[in-house]
Amino acid sequence: MITVIHPGMLTSVQDLGRPGHRQLGINPGGALNSMALSVANLLVGNPVGAAGLEITMGACELRFSSDTRIALSGDDFDAQLDGKPIAPYWSLPVRAGQTLKLAHAGYHPGQGIRSYLAVTGGIAVPPVLGSCSTDLKAGFGGHQGRALRKGDRLPLGETSAAHDRLHIGGPAFGVRSPQWSGLGQNSHDKAQLINLRVLPGPEFDQFTVTARNALWQDQWRITPNSNRMGYRLEGSELKRKPNRDLLSHGVIPGVIQVPPAGQPIILMGDAQTTGGYPKIGVVIQADLWKLAQAPLNARLQFQLCDLEQALHAWEEQQAYLHHIEQTMLALNWSRATQYRK
Amino acid sequence: MTLPKIHLLGDAAVLCKLPSPATLTQQQRIWSLAEQAAAWPEVSEVVPGMNNLTLILHRPVVDLDSVSQRILDAWPDIDADHVAGRDIEIPVVYGGSDGPDLDFVARHTGLSSKEVIAHHSEGHYIVYFIGFMPGFAYMGGLDPALATPRQDEPRMSIPAGSVGIGGEQTGIYPLASPGGWQIIGRTAAPLFDPRQNPPTLLRPGDRVRFTVERNAK
Repeated sequence: MITVIHPGMLTSVQDLGRPGHRQLGINPGGALNSMALSVANLLVGNPVGAAGLEITMGACELRFSSDTRIALSGDDFDAQLDGKPIAPYWSLPVRAGQTLKLAHAGYHPGQGIRSYLAVTGGIAVPPVLGSCSTDLKAGFGGHQGRALRKGDRLPLGETSAAHDRLHIGGPAFGVRSPQWSGLGQNSHDKAQLINLRVLPGPEFDQFTVTARNALWQDQWRITPNSNRMGYRLEGSELKRKPNRDLLSHGVIPGVIQVPPAGQPIILMGDAQTTGGYPKIGVVIQADLWKLAQAPLNARLQFQLCDLEQALHAWEEQQAYLHHIEQTMLALNWSRATQYRK
Repeated sequence: MTLPKIHLLGDAAVLCKLPSPATLTQQQRIWSLAEQAAAWPEVSEVVPGMNNLTLILHRPVVDLDSVSQRILDAWPDIDADHVAGRDIEIPVVYGGSDGPDLDFVARHTGLSSKEVIAHHSEGHYIVYFIGFMPGFAYMGGLDPALATPRQDEPRMSIPAGSVGIGGEQTGIYPLASPGGWQIIGRTAAPLFDPRQNPPTLLRPGDRVRFTVERNAK
């Protein structure tokens, strides 16, 4: 069991989402930084898609009432376990009664905004439409269909043979973060400029030459009016050549849509399933996690890319996850345990 | 034969658009193509839109031409009558606190409130696609005499079950939500229940009738 002492700004139960229901208007949702949640889950011996916590902007305090193993990924917000600093992308044992505390968001260059906590066995909330993710907008799934509050108690899932092999009480160990594995950029870039690879969208050609050039050349600021549904950006006005209105169509996370006012919005994991604004570009799948970590006021630089580069980036990311998965499968501490006996 | 135009939508989705104008026959063929494409191994999800279809893939597209070819090869054999919609009746309490904008719609259209209710409940509607929020049906078939622009300032919250008119469309809010449609009534029908399978009352292709329910209050 985990007890929420302070939930922070926005903490919710998330897994990798509920695909399969978009044609009924139900968004898959799930962890915005799915790679971070996947890594944290692997580190505690879970399948990548087990339910964990997505913590936004730190300031969160949780108490464990049973012995277990945890891993924190994404940004760590100077996390401490009973006052002792812990590192992100590490797997470590936790004893009943211990408290995990993430600090308030303070400015430090390169800091991201989301942390993911995985616990051995996962957070045991009942799956709804095949997923434990909280749909915050529609109010279902996760823990009572809402963000966590002070005093909430979250049950943990049963541990399996895989967890026993991992040896919950065993030593701590860590893996390289995505940044240090060459998937991201230098995490201490003082300018807070985030590079994102983008494919031209279906309506790219309907924008003026000036707008098309501005998309690639300008920097775009993430305004505070941004959330899990979408990031509203600020920059030059992107004008479209006179063209008739679009009919509603399916949209996906990463779509850069441009409403009539000319300021783009990047759709995020909780965006609605259909939309009608012209799409000047789409951020590639492999870069969506960078966007999930991007703080408000960060600046984005869009880089034109092609399908081959997008596929390569995706394969690199899969290889990173696969490598961690293989490493975890190879772990076997049962002998170490026997010696101790 | 009008062929769909196929665009990349990022690295792992494609958008197939049909030429204008949107017709019911074209939309019926979109439902059929959606059903067929949902079974293709590379396709993870299908999202019918208005006169278009989005296919979401399991992994990034290696070669757009092969995906396009598969769609274009399937298209000529797509049967418009394949998806059999169901007949769904939705009981509505019109006016009063359930339909605060009924009088506004009456004034705007030059009809009496009774006439607005009669026109709306006598209509035959078809669900073209579902989007915006879980179970929200975009329906064709609103009597053009009832067309009323959306409100200048959207309301902060519209109760679940509200039946509204927005421009030339009518729809029902399955969940409480901010919204700018003119609300003429409310239904107790369960439009979205995540514990049910399927979780939404309406699906693309369904034929919808609104019936007048007396206000019990």
